[in-house]
Amino acid sequence: MKNFSYAMPTSIHQTIEFAATSDAMILAGGTELLNWTRIGIVEPSKLVDITRVAGLEGIERLPNGMVRIGALTKLNDVALHPLIRKSYPVLSTSILKAASAQIRNLATIGGNPLQRVRCPYFRADEPTPCNKRIPRSGCAALHGLNEKHAIFGWTEDCVAVQPSDPAAALAALDAVLVTQSKQGERRIPATTFHTLPSEDPTAHSVLQHGELISSIELGDAVPKSAYLKIRERESYEYATVSAAVALEMDGSVIRRARIALGSVAMRPWRLVETERRLAGLRSDSPEIIPAVKAGFDDARPLSMNRYKIRLAQNTTVRAIEMAVQA
Amino acid sequence: MDDPKETRKAFSRRALLKGGAIVAVTSLSGVSEAIAPKSAPDPPFVSRATISLVVNGVSHRVEVEPRSTLLDVLRERLYLTGTKKGCNRGECGACTIHLDGRRVNGCLVLAITADGKKIETIEGLANGDQLHPMQQAFIDHDAFQCGYCTPGQIMSAVACVAEGHTGSNAEIREWMSGNICRCSAYPQIVAAVSAVAKRNA
Repeated sequence: MKNFSYAMPTSIHQTIEFAATSDAMILAGGTELLNWTRIGIVEPSKLVDITRVAGLEGIERLPNGMVRIGALTKLNDVALHPLIRKSYPVLSTSILKAASAQIRNLATIGGNPLQRVRCPYFRADEPTPCNKRIPRSGCAALHGLNEKHAIFGWTEDCVAVQPSDPAAALAALDAVLVTQSKQGERRIPATTFHTLPSEDPTAHSVLQHGELISSIELGDAVPKSAYLKIRERESYEYATVSAAVALEMDGSVIRRARIALGSVAMRPWRLVETERRLAGLRSDSPEIIPAVKAGFDDARPLSMNRYKIRLAQNTTVRAIEMAVQA
Repeated sequence: MDDPKETRKAFSRRALLKGGAIVAVTSLSGVSEAIAPKSAPDPPFVSRATISLVVNGVSHRVEVEPRSTLLDVLRERLYLTGTKKGCNRGECGACTIHLDGRRVNGCLVLAITADGKKIETIEGLANGDQLHPMQQAFIDHDAFQCGYCTPGQIMSAVACVAEGHTGSNAEIREWMSGNICRCSAYPQIVAAVSAVAKRNA
């Protein structure tokens, strides 16, 4: 790890001043950033440690019924909060299925969506073609080891997936990430926070240099929601695919469905066509499976991951059943 | 403590543990100069700092570079080598310690971030010759072979019981999954954690 200089601001104002200086990066939980510096993915000359900035931690219900989660709130504290468990089980479960108990005591809800792809070429100790590591160097995964890679929204410049579990839940909930910078406040929908390779294969998210995620806002409670994560090991493993489902029901009829898949694209992938077809169906309707399949019309497998299409469809169907029973 | 590698550091470790409320640990001045950057950073950024850590109830002051992890400072500056360095990437859990009462991976925390905080390590669990109940349970249940992951397992297990995530063996396995054991002593580890949890209930 190359050395860096270090500052510990105590206010948001100080943070955005310090973070705007050249070659500075913001440090929160540190569970990703420290590993990036070890591998050489980033080599910041300055770190701005925000762990003692006042007013960035905690969960509160706003007068308009929305819920605001401070960006520095630890993952375990979000997942185990009574309000989140009761009103947004999809978010609580997605967090508890992520990482380990120790890491969830460090990692923050604001930092989590900033985790970068798990593609072995991106994370390699030795340089390999990867447009996210070295722009315009190519994509070794396109014809290489790509069994865990994208089935939606990839281009020949990048086939990696965004691995965050909570990000999928936040996308299904239409959460909003609130940011602060010298340019003022920005409100970024969780559904478009991550950058598709068609937009920029070198980018991970739309967050700009010097921009601080200060909170995440959730809309109305969605108690009928669920998160299903499929992986090769029962715990402490990244998803092969995951499904975040948020339902609004009238009795046994689905009034509105929101579904975001994790680890299938560079951003949580909303199944828009499936959502459209599910509205108005009974929760035991035989039309549910065809509705799910319709959301995969634009899925495209890579050389080693055709299995992920069927796996993601089945995961979605099961997650809908779980949400109905929640 | 019969291990020659252990006795080499025994003097300084005893001094640290028995030295009373405040023990100063100063770096070698030659090392400081050798690794100091050529030009000082612009304030408020610093390239080294003297921090205080309260480890197992004993206060320490130590000068660190910002990149020094809490794990490295515990092992290499305070000579508390009970906390193990496995993967150094937050993947194995061998470095699990308690930071302000919560279990964390010591390799994923900068020491400078922990300035002023309370830390508990495996060395702080026993009361003199009286082992902590979790340490005794690991022995009673044969919950290790090589022992390298054991300090991290035990620190994680103590927290797991305190958190109340011990309602079933499945729950214990889930909340202990951040600690990898290459000898695969998992059934015995779960038995040890379960036994301590039941005794506390």
